[in-house]
Amino acid sequence: MGPKPSTLKRVMPQLLILAAALALNVLVFPEFFHIDFRNGRLFGNVVDVLNRGAPVALLCIGMTLVIATRGIDLSVGAVMAIAGAVAASVVVDGHGWVTALLAALAAGGVCGLWNGFLVAVLRIQPIVATLVLMVAGRGIAQLVTEGKILTFSDPGLIHLGAGVVAGIPTPILIWVTLGLLVAWAVRKTALGMLIEAIGINERSSRLAGINSRVLLICVYTVSGLCAALAGVIVAADIKGADANNAGLWLELDAILAVVIGGNSLLGGRFSILASLIGALIIQSVNSVILLSGMPPEFNLVIKAVLILCILVIQSPRIGNLIYILRASGPQPQPDRPPLPKKEAAR
Amino acid sequence: MIRSTHLPLLVTLATLVLAYALCAAAYPAMLSTRVMSNLLTDNAFLGIAAVGMTFVILSGGIDLSIGSVIAFTGVFLAVVLRETSMHPLLAFVLVLCITTGFGAAMGATIHYLEMPPFIVTLAGMFLARGAAYVLSTESVPITHEFYDTLQGLYWKAPGGGRFRLIGGIMVLTFIVGIVVAHRTRFGQNVYALGGGEQAARLMGVPQAMTTVGIYATSGCLAGLSGIVFSLYTSAGYSLATVGVELDAIAAVVIGGTLLTGGYGFVGGTFFGILIMGLIQTYIVFDGTLSSWWTKIVIGGLLFAFILLQKGLTWATQAKATRARRRTATGSAALS
Repeated sequence: MGPKPSTLKRVMPQLLILAAALALNVLVFPEFFHIDFRNGRLFGNVVDVLNRGAPVALLCIGMTLVIATRGIDLSVGAVMAIAGAVAASVVVDGHGWVTALLAALAAGGVCGLWNGFLVAVLRIQPIVATLVLMVAGRGIAQLVTEGKILTFSDPGLIHLGAGVVAGIPTPILIWVTLGLLVAWAVRKTALGMLIEAIGINERSSRLAGINSRVLLICVYTVSGLCAALAGVIVAADIKGADANNAGLWLELDAILAVVIGGNSLLGGRFSILASLIGALIIQSVNSVILLSGMPPEFNLVIKAVLILCILVIQSPRIGNLIYILRASGPQPQPDRPPLPKKEAAR
Repeated sequence: MIRSTHLPLLVTLATLVLAYALCAAAYPAMLSTRVMSNLLTDNAFLGIAAVGMTFVILSGGIDLSIGSVIAFTGVFLAVVLRETSMHPLLAFVLVLCITTGFGAAMGATIHYLEMPPFIVTLAGMFLARGAAYVLSTESVPITHEFYDTLQGLYWKAPGGGRFRLIGGIMVLTFIVGIVVAHRTRFGQNVYALGGGEQAARLMGVPQAMTTVGIYATSGCLAGLSGIVFSLYTSAGYSLATVGVELDAIAAVVIGGTLLTGGYGFVGGTFFGILIMGLIQTYIVFDGTLSSWWTKIVIGGLLFAFILLQKGLTWATQAKATRARRRTATGSAALS
């Protein structure tokens, strides 16, 4: 099952940006694509990019769906902290890693249900509704860990973050599998279309018979579950749950990845594939900064500037300007068609 | 009669009074001027930044960069005062120019490139934090006699409370903010923009100037907040004030301003700041509660106020519908 030509066309700009980012990587580090197989595990910078990008990629999957419904989920970073704390405390209490994983997923699911309830039933704006959990979530996570950094040594749980299956690091397998699964679910069924309908006009989607309330709750729950999985992976990677720093600002990275993936913050048409490529772009940019050996103080500045460039290139206004420049021949310049105003941050 | 538009403000005020009464009942010492003056001093930088955030949110936008700008301002001042013999006052002016320009640039990007404020200010947040890292990654102490002079300025109230300069700056900022929001053309334009861009355009609101002005104001106030923060801590540290933008947003929402924009009061934000400060003070007084309860309680308060606003919106809408229906039946009866 190869991607359809239309899919390929949709993600072409993102693929080009990714290629440019990877080319930059090769430029500063010619060995970039070199992959080793040692001690039953793949080693190499590309593998690292895929591995390190796992948390953002996982968050991205849920975030894309949420943003497609014209929402936003600010709480994913805090949910990561909660899930990590829950998993660690369950393991420390002497239960197995499966119980810990299930407990963490349950915690994430409850968080998502809460967000979905606020958005879909109480009709609170998504940015406000998820802000509540974003503010309170780290407090809850600290409550679970009692303010300490809970460390654990359960091999099963650690395997989720630092383990290897058939030579491939587990986090990569998890995010690729989940990404494919969700992308398949929304594209092979009408689910994706229904979600897009909610994002374009919720009222009319409801009038058309879509149970938007249940669907919205489901979307936020999926986002919570993805965040929980990311939280478990991060906790497993460092063998401990840090309520203060786990997933700090990752919600912003995830939103950024979705936007770089060409999805509008105003909802509507979405592509999980493009968002995942967006996440990889962010990770490749991180990697280029790291490999270039620049002083780490410059990381954030360079990242900000690069992201700004990518966003400006994708800005509808710039696209419009190019369109007008191309169209402007001998005939008088047509008036710029009114663009939908941005209201995403509301 | 109390107009329903003022109800959230009144509820915020009532919450503050009630919370203070409860705290005072548990710990009578909370009523002392010492606690009150510390409440102002400790929250001064947050309050000043929250005034700018109120304007941004009133216009329907959001500014995620203020925490980073505050940190940048602190590091910039510390490095400039260490490396050069520049007078702090001149450095203040310089850094305010930089942060105002930074805010204006974000506003211009938002308006002219039609990008969502969320993403633009997010990039701004990375940029300002990154600039602070580039200047210095470690905490730089500020030792200058002018700083000592400023820190030594206070009014000693009966009861031993020391109302310091920075608390005064915050109160002054709020007063100016209230006047600008409710008594000037710019303030009207901000409200109009938040009420709906299309309507604002039809009303003849200069959108470009207003948008740039709003984010420039926010940048400028974040810079002022950074100056106050550096006076408060006598140091500049690039990792400081992480997440202050969230506290500011929470204060604005608790203060009764709608995050959709177009509706709210700068004065409400002041009460929001005091409520948040009060929670922290109570936890310190109590001694057995852990610091994370602050976050949970603030989250709960945030939720309560959002619900309150939601309920009020529903109530007013229902009333409007009823009124419309009554007029409709009335005119039908007439004809």
